[in-house]
Amino acid sequence: MSTMTLDAAGRTEAAQSELTGGQIAASAEVRKTVGKPFCDTAKLRMRNVNVFYGEAQAIHSVSLDIGRNQVVAMIGPSGCGKSTFLRCLNRMNDTIEGCRVEGELSLDGDPIYGPKVDVVPLRARVGMVFQKPNPFPKSIYENVAYGPKIHGIASRRADLDEIVESSLRRAGLWNEVKDRLDKPGTGLSGGQQQRLCIARAIAVSPEVILMDEPCSALDPIATARIEELIDELRENYTIAIVTHSMQQAARVSQRTAYFHLGRLVEVNDTETVFTNPEHELTEAYITGRFG
Amino acid sequence: MQTPTLFALLLLLILVAYGTGFSRALSAARSLGGLRNLASLPSYYGIFAALWCGLPALILLGAWLIFDDAIIRAMVLNSVADKPETISGQNLLYAQIQNLAAGHMLGEATPRLQEAADHLSQLRSSSNNMQAFMSLILAVGLGAFALLRFSPQLRAREKVEKVLRAILIACACAAIFTTVGILFSVLFESLRFFQSVPVTEFLFGLHWSPQMALRADQVGSSGAFGAVPLFTGTLMVSAIAMFVAVPIGLMAAIYLAEYASKRVRAVAKPILEILAGVPTVVYGFFAALTVAPFIRDLATSVGLEASSESALAAGLVMGIMIIPFVSSLSDDVINAVPQSLRDGALGLGSTHSETVRKVVIPAALPGIVGGVLLAVSRAIGETMIVVMAAGLAANLTANPLESVTTVTVQIVTLLVGDQEFDSPKTLAAFALGLMLFVTTLVLNFIALHVVKKYREQYD
Repeated sequence: MSTMTLDAAGRTEAAQSELTGGQIAASAEVRKTVGKPFCDTAKLRMRNVNVFYGEAQAIHSVSLDIGRNQVVAMIGPSGCGKSTFLRCLNRMNDTIEGCRVEGELSLDGDPIYGPKVDVVPLRARVGMVFQKPNPFPKSIYENVAYGPKIHGIASRRADLDEIVESSLRRAGLWNEVKDRLDKPGTGLSGGQQQRLCIARAIAVSPEVILMDEPCSALDPIATARIEELIDELRENYTIAIVTHSMQQAARVSQRTAYFHLGRLVEVNDTETVFTNPEHELTEAYITGRFG
Repeated sequence: MQTPTLFALLLLLILVAYGTGFSRALSAARSLGGLRNLASLPSYYGIFAALWCGLPALILLGAWLIFDDAIIRAMVLNSVADKPETISGQNLLYAQIQNLAAGHMLGEATPRLQEAADHLSQLRSSSNNMQAFMSLILAVGLGAFALLRFSPQLRAREKVEKVLRAILIACACAAIFTTVGILFSVLFESLRFFQSVPVTEFLFGLHWSPQMALRADQVGSSGAFGAVPLFTGTLMVSAIAMFVAVPIGLMAAIYLAEYASKRVRAVAKPILEILAGVPTVVYGFFAALTVAPFIRDLATSVGLEASSESALAAGLVMGIMIIPFVSSLSDDVINAVPQSLRDGALGLGSTHSETVRKVVIPAALPGIVGGVLLAVSRAIGETMIVVMAAGLAANLTANPLESVTTVTVQIVTLLVGDQEFDSPKTLAAFALGLMLFVTTLVLNFIALHVVKKYREQYD
C-alpha cells in the first residue's frame, strides 16, 4: 500500500502508484487529481476521502466539489469506487458492515459524518435513485407519499395529494399514471418504475439527488426519457450521477470525474474531458482502450 | 431356510451379478480399445445385471411373506372337518392350532386338532422351502439372463435409469397412498359413527359425555356427542397460544433479521430453534407442574377462582412451543425482502425502525401470514401439553381459568385402554379425527396459497 502525503493545496499525492494487472501499457501514474476538482459554488465539498471495507481500501484520498445546480458525472471502469464514493454522500455506506469512511465531507458547510450528525435529515436533503428501480410493493400514490409522510412534510390529505401530483409531474410520469394512482408501483414498466423512484426522491424536496447508474436496467427510449428529466431537474437540484455510458455522461453532465482503481484521476468540464483529456488514463478510457 | 439367511444369500447373488456385469463390461472395453466403445459406463452394466438378479426375486419374496400366512390359514381351516361358521370361532380354532403347532398348548389336544397342527407345521416348512427355492432360482436365472444379454451395444444406462425412475415413483406413491389410506380409514369409521349419532348432533350439540352405559341400569351414562365444547376448547387454547407466539415470535424474527449483528444471529437463531426440538411431553410437565399451579395461585391471590388445570396454562406453554415456528418462518420471509427496498426507504431518510415497520414488514406480510397459519395448524393438532395441563372436562366456557378439553385430547382418551370398535364412544374418535384432518388441511391449503402468492410479488 502506498503512503499518502498532502500538499498545501490539500491535494493528494501518491508516493508510488500501483497500477497492477497491466490494464494499460503506458506506465501512467495517478499522482494527483488533474483538472479542476474544486469550484466556487460548491454544494457538496469532499476533502481527502478514504473508504475502507474491512482491511481493503476502496477509495484513496479523493477530493471533489459538486457545484450548486450542476450535474456531475462520475465515470470509470467497474470496481473503480465511483458507486462507493457516491454512497458516502448520503451515508448509505453505513448499512454495509465493516465499511469505514475517513475525510471531511460537508453539505452547504454542514458536516456529513460526525458523532453529532443525524443521518435522517441528511438523507432527506440528499436523495438517492438506485441502479435497479426499487418501488415499494405499495400503490403508486403511497410510493410517492411515503417520504412526505415519514418526514411530516404534509399532514393534510390535500397537501399530500398536491405533493404527489407535483412530484409525479416533475418526474414526467403524471400523465401516464394519473388514472391508476392506487395500482401497485411494481406493476409499471421498468422505465416508469425508475421515474416513479425519481418522483419518490423529489417528493421530500431534497437539495441533492444522487443517481447510481439510473439507466443501466432500462431500454434506450426509457433512458432518453430519464436523461431529459435529469436535464430539467438541474434547475432545482444538484445532481451527482454514476454512469457506465460515456455518451450519457457527455449528454447530461456539466462536469465529469474520472475514477480509476479507487483514485480520482481527472475532473474537468465535461466537454474538456471528452474532447481534450488531460490525463492519459482518462484518454485511454474514453477512447475505449480499456474499461 | 430362514428368511434372514435367504436375504443374505440374495444380497450375495446381487453383488456377484454386479461384479460380473462390471468386469465383463471392462474386459469388453479393453478388447475394443477403450471405454468409449461401450454404450454405457461399466458400472451401469453392473447395476443392470444386479437389478435383473435382485429385483424380481425380492418382489417375489416380499409378496410371499405377505400372502403365505393367509393362504396357509385357509388351507389348514379347509382341511379341518367340522369348522365353526362364525369368523370369531374360526379365529379361535386357528389360534388353538397355531399354539399346538408351536408347542404352547396346555392340556390335552384332541386328535382332530393334533392332525390340523401337524398339517400346519408341514405346510409351513414346505412354504419356507418353496420360497427359498423359487427366489434363488429366479435370482440366478434372471441374473444369468441379464449377463447373457450383455453386448457393448446394450444401452444399460437407459434401462437402469428407467428402473430407478420407477422406484422413485413407487416411493412417492407410497407416501401419497398412505395419506389417502389414513383419510379413508378415518372416513369409513366416521360414517359408522354417524349411523348411530346424527351429524347435526355431533356438529351442533353442546354437551360432550362419551361414556356409554354397559348395562341399562347404570347411572348418568347415556352418552352425549356434541362436539361444540371440544371445538371451543381447541379454539381457546390455540388462540391463547397464538396470542403468545405471534407477537413474541414475530418480534424475535424482526430483531434477528434486521437488528442483530451476524455474530449474535449465528448464536441466537439455533438456540431459538432448539425450542422446537424440546419434546412436547417435557413442555407438558412444565405446563402441568409449574405454570398451571402458578396461574392458580396468582388468580387466587387476586380473588379469582381458577382450577388447577386451566386453558391459560396449556395455551401459554403451547405458545412458547410455537415461538420458533413463527420466528423461523418469519425470519426467512423478512430476509427474502430485497435489500434494494431497504436501501430505497433508508435513502429517503427513513429511520431503521420506520423502514422495518413501513416497508419491510408490509412487504413480508403475506409470507408472515402463511407462517402464522402453519403455526395455527400446529397448535390445533398439539396434544400432549393439553392432555397434561388443560384437563379432561368438556366445559363449554369462555373463561381461560377453567379447565377445558380439546379435540385431540378427547381422541386420546377415547382410544386409550380397552376398546370395542362397535360402540359410538370409540367411533367418535374417528369423527373427531376427521374434523381435525379437514380443519388443518384447509388451514395448510390457505397457508400454502398465501405463501405462493407472496412469492410472485417480487421479480
